[in-house]
Order: sequence, then C-alpha cells, then structure tokens
Amino acid sequence: MNKSKQKRDLLFLTVVLAAVLAVTIAMDMALPSYHIAIKVVKKATVYALVAVSMNLLNGFTGLFSLGQAGFMLLGAFSYGVLTIPVDKRPGVYQYFDGGAIKFSLPEVFAGVFGDTLGSVIGMLAALLVGGILAALMAWLIGLPVLRLKSDYLAIATLGFAEILRAFFQWNALGPITNGSNLLKSYPDFTYATAYVILAGALIALIVLLINSTYGRAFKAIRDDEVAAEAMGINLARHKRMAFIISSFFAGIGGGMLAMYNGTIAAASFKSTMTYEILLIVVIGGIGSISGSVIASFLYIISSEWLLRGLDSGEFLGVKAPGLFKNGFRMAVFSVIIMVIVLFFRKGLMGDKELPDLLRLGKRRKEAAPK
Amino acid sequence: MGQILPYVINGVSVGGQYALIAIGYTLVYGILRLINFAHGDVFMVAGLVMVYATASMPFYLALPLVLLVTVLLGFTIERVAYKPLRTAPRMSLMISAIGVSYLIQNLAFYITGGIPQPVTNPIPWISENVSLLGASTKRVTLVTPVLTILLVAALVYLIQHTRIGMAMRAAARDFETAQLMGVKINSVISMTFVIGSFLAGVGSMLYFTSYPSVAITSGGMPGLKAFVAAVFGGIGSIPGAVVGAFVIGLCEELIKGLGYTTFSDAFTFALLIVVLCVKPTGLFGEKVTDKV
Amino acid sequence: MSGNMLKIENVTMQFGGVVAVENLNLEINEGEIVALIGPNGAGKTTAFNVVTGVYQPTNGAVWFQGEKIIENHPQGKMKAQYKGGHAGEYTQVLAPTPDKVTRLGMARTFQNIRLWKSQTVFDNVLIAKHCRTTSNVFSATFRLNRKEEAAQRANVLELLEVVGLADVKDELATSLPYGKQRRLEIARALAAEPTLLLLDEPAAGMNPQETEELTAFIGEIRDRFHLTVFLIEHHMNLVMNISERIYVLDFGKLIAQGTPSEIQRNKRVIDAYLGVTEDA
Repeated sequence: MNKSKQKRDLLFLTVVLAAVLAVTIAMDMALPSYHIAIKVVKKATVYALVAVSMNLLNGFTGLFSLGQAGFMLLGAFSYGVLTIPVDKRPGVYQYFDGGAIKFSLPEVFAGVFGDTLGSVIGMLAALLVGGILAALMAWLIGLPVLRLKSDYLAIATLGFAEILRAFFQWNALGPITNGSNLLKSYPDFTYATAYVILAGALIALIVLLINSTYGRAFKAIRDDEVAAEAMGINLARHKRMAFIISSFFAGIGGGMLAMYNGTIAAASFKSTMTYEILLIVVIGGIGSISGSVIASFLYIISSEWLLRGLDSGEFLGVKAPGLFKNGFRMAVFSVIIMVIVLFFRKGLMGDKELPDLLRLGKRRKEAAPK
Repeated sequence: MGQILPYVINGVSVGGQYALIAIGYTLVYGILRLINFAHGDVFMVAGLVMVYATASMPFYLALPLVLLVTVLLGFTIERVAYKPLRTAPRMSLMISAIGVSYLIQNLAFYITGGIPQPVTNPIPWISENVSLLGASTKRVTLVTPVLTILLVAALVYLIQHTRIGMAMRAAARDFETAQLMGVKINSVISMTFVIGSFLAGVGSMLYFTSYPSVAITSGGMPGLKAFVAAVFGGIGSIPGAVVGAFVIGLCEELIKGLGYTTFSDAFTFALLIVVLCVKPTGLFGEKVTDKV
Repeated sequence: MSGNMLKIENVTMQFGGVVAVENLNLEINEGEIVALIGPNGAGKTTAFNVVTGVYQPTNGAVWFQGEKIIENHPQGKMKAQYKGGHAGEYTQVLAPTPDKVTRLGMARTFQNIRLWKSQTVFDNVLIAKHCRTTSNVFSATFRLNRKEEAAQRANVLELLEVVGLADVKDELATSLPYGKQRRLEIARALAAEPTLLLLDEPAAGMNPQETEELTAFIGEIRDRFHLTVFLIEHHMNLVMNISERIYVLDFGKLIAQGTPSEIQRNKRVIDAYLGVTEDA
C-alpha cells in the first residue's frame, strides 16, 4: 500500500513538473527574452532555489540561520569573476588594470567542446565553483557558530554575512572583486527553460536528501535535539552537514541571481535580501519544499508583474496617482506578510507537500458520501 | 595624539548613542528572549519624524512630539506583532520581528518616496561647533555621553527602586512565576517597550543631528551594532549594554581613524562572533543552563 | 555468572555547591535486570544522565563492557568546591557525547516522553536506525543505499510488530495514547541496537493493568533481544517483580543494594523510602 502511494505521488509530481516545463518551453518559443513573463519565470526559479535551500536549514533542521545573503554573495561573485569574457575584462576592471584573473571559464571550455556546449559547461562550472566556495565557507564558520542557540545563531550568521560583504567591497581585493564597482558583461542563459531545468534539478536533489536517512535525522534534530542525540545522532556533525549543504545551494542560487540581474554589486547582498527570502519561506510554510517554490513564484509574479500598477498610478483600472505611487506595492506586500505571520502561521502549505494535498482532497471525497 | 583625539571624542559620542539604543534591545531580550529586529527601524522612524517635525514647528514642540511618536510606535509594535505570539515558538516571534522591520522600512519608503530626507540643523544649540583640546567638533558630541549617563542613571534608579522596576526584574528572572505572583505581565512588557523606544528616540535625535540625512535603511546598521553592544555586555544587563556600546563606538571610530573605514562595520560583527564563541554570556551576563 | 556490562565507579556529580550524586558505585552484569530506586530528587535521573553522556561527572569513571568510556576529575573552580570523595584518583578526561555512548551500545528512554512530534510512529523508530547507517550523505541522497534502507525498514516493521504498534505505524507519534507512547519510546531505543537498555520511569503515569503488561513486556524484550536492562522506577510492584537486583539512592548516596527481598527487609530503605509509599 505504501509503495503504490509512493508511485502515485511520483506520477503526480512528474505530471506537474512536465506541465511546468512545457509551459516554459512554449513561453520561450513564443516570447522574446526581454518579455516580462520570461524575466519573472527566471527570477522566480532562482528565488525558489534559494528559498528551498534556506528551508532545508531553518525548516527541516531547525537552525535559524540568517546568513543566506552572505553565501549568495560568494556564489554571485564566483560566477561573475569566472565568466566575464577576457576581452571585456579591461572595461569592467577599469580601476584595477583589467583585474588579476585573465581567463574566462566559458571561453576555456569553448576551446575544448566547441562554442555553444563549451560556454554552457563553463557557465555551469562557474556556478558550481560558487556553490563549493559557499560550502567551504560554511564548513569553516560552522564549527564555532553552530554551537550557538536559536537567536544567537541568527545574529551570528547575520553578522558573518555583513563581514563577508565588507570584504568584497575592500579595495585591496579589487583586482578580483572589483571593489565597490559593478561586475558586468558576463553571460546569461537566454531561455527561461534553462533556469527551470537547472533550479528544478537542484531542488529535486534537496528533496531526495530530505527524504533520505540523513534528512530524517535533520528532522529529528529539529523536533527534539536531546532525543536525537540520545538516539545516536551526532548533533555537531549533522548540523554542520545541513549548514554546508544549504550554503552550497545558496551559493549556486546566488550565482544564478547574478546571471539574471546582469550586474553584481556587493552592496545589494544585504540582510534585507535574507529577510525577503525568509519571508518567502514563511509564506510558503516552514518545512514545505513545494510551499517555498509556490511562494517564490507568487511573490515574484505579484511583485514584479501583477502589482506593478500599485507603484505607477493605476491598479485594476483604478487611477489614483496620489495613493498608488512609488513604494506602495512593497508596503501592501509587507502588510500581507504581517497578516500571514500573525494569523496564518503555517503559511500556504504548513509542512505538507503538493502530493499530500492530493491525498487530503481524496480523503475528503471518500468521507463525503458517508 | 592630536590626530587620534577627534576620533576618540567621536567614538565616545557614537558609543553613547549606541548605548541608548542597546538598552532597548537588552530590556526586551531580558523579558521576552526576543531580538527585537524592529528596534533599529523605530530608531530610524524617530529620525524621520524629527526631520519632518522640526521643519514645521519650533524645536521645543517638535522634540517632545518625536519622543511621543516613537514611544507610541514601540508600544503599538509590541501590542500588534508580539503580544499575539506569547505562546508561539521563539522562531515565530523572531520572524514577526523581522516582518515588522520589513513593514516599517517599506512604509517609510512609501512615505519618503525612497529619497533620503536631509537633516538641516534641527536642534539649534547642539549642532554648533565648539573646540575641545584643540579639536573642533559639534556640541552634540559632547552632550551625548553626558545625557546618556544621566538617562541610564535614571533608568537604573527606576528599575531598582520603583514598583514597576521590581516587576520588570521579576519578569526578567522568571516570566511565568512573575505572572503567577500577580505581576501584570502585559503592562510590564509594554513599559519595557515604552522605555526602550523613548531612549531610542533620544538616541536617534542625537545621532541624526550629526548626519546629513535620514534614509530608510539608516536604522539597520546602528540597530544591529547596538544589539551587538548588548550581547557584548551580556544581554539582559543594562550596565553591560552601556559599557559594550562605548567600547564598540570607540573601536569603530578608531578603526576609521586608521583608514579601514570598510571594516568598521565588519569589526563589530567579528567582535560579536568572537564573544559569542568564547563567552556567550557576555561581560556581565548570567549563565543559563538547559534542563534535560 | 556472565561478564560485566556496566560499572559506575566512585561517580560524584556536583552542580555548583549541590552534590546530586555522591561516590556512587554500581555494577550490572550481562543479561540482568537491575533497578535504581529512591525518593524524588535522590539523583536517579542524574545518574542516568552521567552514564549516557548528557552530564560529565565531576569525579569518577564509568565502564561499559569492560572498557572505560567516561572519566573525569574536578577542574578549575570545582577543585576548591569539590565535596565528594576519591579526589585525585582520576586524572584522565573521557567525555563522549550522548550520541557516541548510544553507538557504543546503550540506548535510553526519557522520564518525560521525548518522541519526535512531527514524525509518524514508523519514522520515529526508523530515525533511531540512522546511527547504524553506514552509507554517506551522497549515496543516501542518490539512493545508492537501497539495500540498507530496505533492510532498515523491514527491521523497523518487525520491531513494531514485537511491541504491538504495527497497526498504528502511520499515525503521528503524538496522537497515540500515553501508554503506547511509552512503548514507542522503548521500540525507538531498541532500534538503536543496544546491548544495555536504560529505562527512565517506564511506568510513570500508567494504571495498574498497564504496569503489569509493561512488566511482562520488559522481560520479553530482554529475552528476545538478549538485553541487559537498567531501570529507574517508582512503581514498586514492577520493580519487585522484575528486577534481579536493586540499588537504592537517597540524597545522592547509595544506601542499600541487594535482591528484591533483601531490599524489602532493609531497615534503612524502609525508613528512607518504602515506608512512605502506597505499594509497600
């Protein structure tokens, strides 16, 4: 019985994913790459990945970490630094003599695998390097920081992200990071489909992890640390593992965000960014992967697209330039978030996943005729 | 020496301003075990209100108004965003605090249009330049530490020698028992927020007097640093917060003096992480043990 | 006589100026069921916490299966404050974390039930198997450990059959009635594959009938899994029926030891404890 249930869940998920993929491919073919719909899908997938990586830590392991922006910054810079084409480097690093790094991964790989395939491999490799760097950093700071309890852990990781940001703005590192100037001119995936496949595959990895024996151990630590330790789960090791894995995906997410944005500035990876992601996780439901994904899409679609009117004078046909001016959209948004935080603490999904909803609906149907 | 002096004077002044904010963190943490992430934003709102109020009325009316608005804001935040979550897990409370911080910043963005509001000599006497031991500085730099010490002294008196102070101490020691013993816990908590916001209001006026403008993100950094000061001194301890704030203020200005301005913020957080790892209870904090 | 399973040697646990356990000596042999009794606050759970690595003893040592696993001596401020005996006899510091002790072959239950609240009955037991997992995080994520996982699941199912919880395996652990939650805690401890099972007041809050069932159950699992059992309990019926030997603690000190009948006749024990309980 358990097996058939699993199969049905799998089938359901496959159908949903195939549908999403089909829609994205159709959009890519029908719309130009600068179209708002394409942009929204790209950004939403990146946010989904980052939100899920944060959920792995905060929702599934019960470690309230606020260092997400720091790890994303590492990923973003790795991507930018490694992929800016060599001939554009003098322009980008104009204050630092063209920078210290004189190669570009996509070009290196293009020399081996041909232009298209090589560039893609190079871009993926650069993302991977970002993830690995973020994971290494997490490994380094994990030992001291993870001994701290709830709110101290939060503030220590927040502080760590700020330290990292200061380092990346430091002029002495300018030949690599370009100091406080922008990194730009690096390549991007043209198609939203590429974003969906990449982020989707990474999220799938996280889901597999969560449903493995290690994921179960994480959940045990979240539910009751003392009992987990008494049942032979090494707290330090598992917390560090969750921290490293979450940071790895945050790093890749940071790289993809850089890709999407087209420019990188250390100044944009502030604690506000972490807060934003945390709030997405809360909206979706702490401890629900599909919740985080859905919330990311809702958040990005409404903030980048549907609610744009709130900032520019006209919304749903109502014209009120005095009210609907710059900033109103975010104000409305934060009110909605507060309502969710205060009155719908479970968020959209609680700790349920999409297939669970299917079962819930079915149970209701079964119960109805009686 | 002559080159360091201005930085030392500045450091003491900044430290005093941090101290006034840090007390708000430490009081709230002592009772609710909550890092009130919105406290820095209350501080920022006080700055904005000062800019708006001093522009439209004489400063002797404007300043009390600033304090009143700040106190009301702190009180309202507690009632609306924290009180409904008394029995919720601590993570929910912290998320709510972050949500409030986000809300205040976005509302402030809407109201100001996202443009930093210029501060133009809001409080006449204290913005004047004076010279001290050959270093030229604004009068506010000298006023701040003195005012800080006076306010802290008054606060310590309040906590040690009044009924409400006793209730606050009881609530900080043991929330539930205090409640059982008839302490009106909600009014104690409100009082904590009122005091914290009042001091942040004063700190804000002193702080922004020496800055060219108030931006919506202006509250974040001083807020976080004040929190670090509170942790450094031992969270829950008022003298700890004050000492921590002065140490951080001084170190920061000295680092700026040495030419590492980029790292003045980073230093504060490095200090935080070191303190948390080496002595999590801070300078004057008490040890709490978990029971199995 | 079989081999020595657990030996607590001159263990003193002092918190600040308070001595919770003083110069405790205790031995348990393989296959035995031994009870530790004493009035509330006598230091029984503290002794458990020392053995399982939750607390580091102030002085003394703990041996498990003939090997010294825990040792400590007063350090720092404690040197001057130390009130227990045998100072200076212990010089090493051996302080394994609780998870390490569990992996050595000791598993425990808790006085106040500590199940993983958001997990099902099945998963609660399955998670306890994690400490016996040999696959690393990569092979687990990529499902290269299918065989091991399947074996673990089969094993858990079997365990649930034994303890009689197979029919509720998909329920949330916290939705079970109290008595079943206690059983589940025992099943969870068994899943960690211990040789020594420590039960902290397994019958707390149970009615006489449930207690009787539990008594039989503990004997059953001891035989089935070849366990040694060390338990703390207040229900005298259970203790007297099941234990082969009993240790009595009062104010942190051992005041008696012996077989149930010896303990029942012991004057000091009756004064300190049995004389005031309803079951004696």
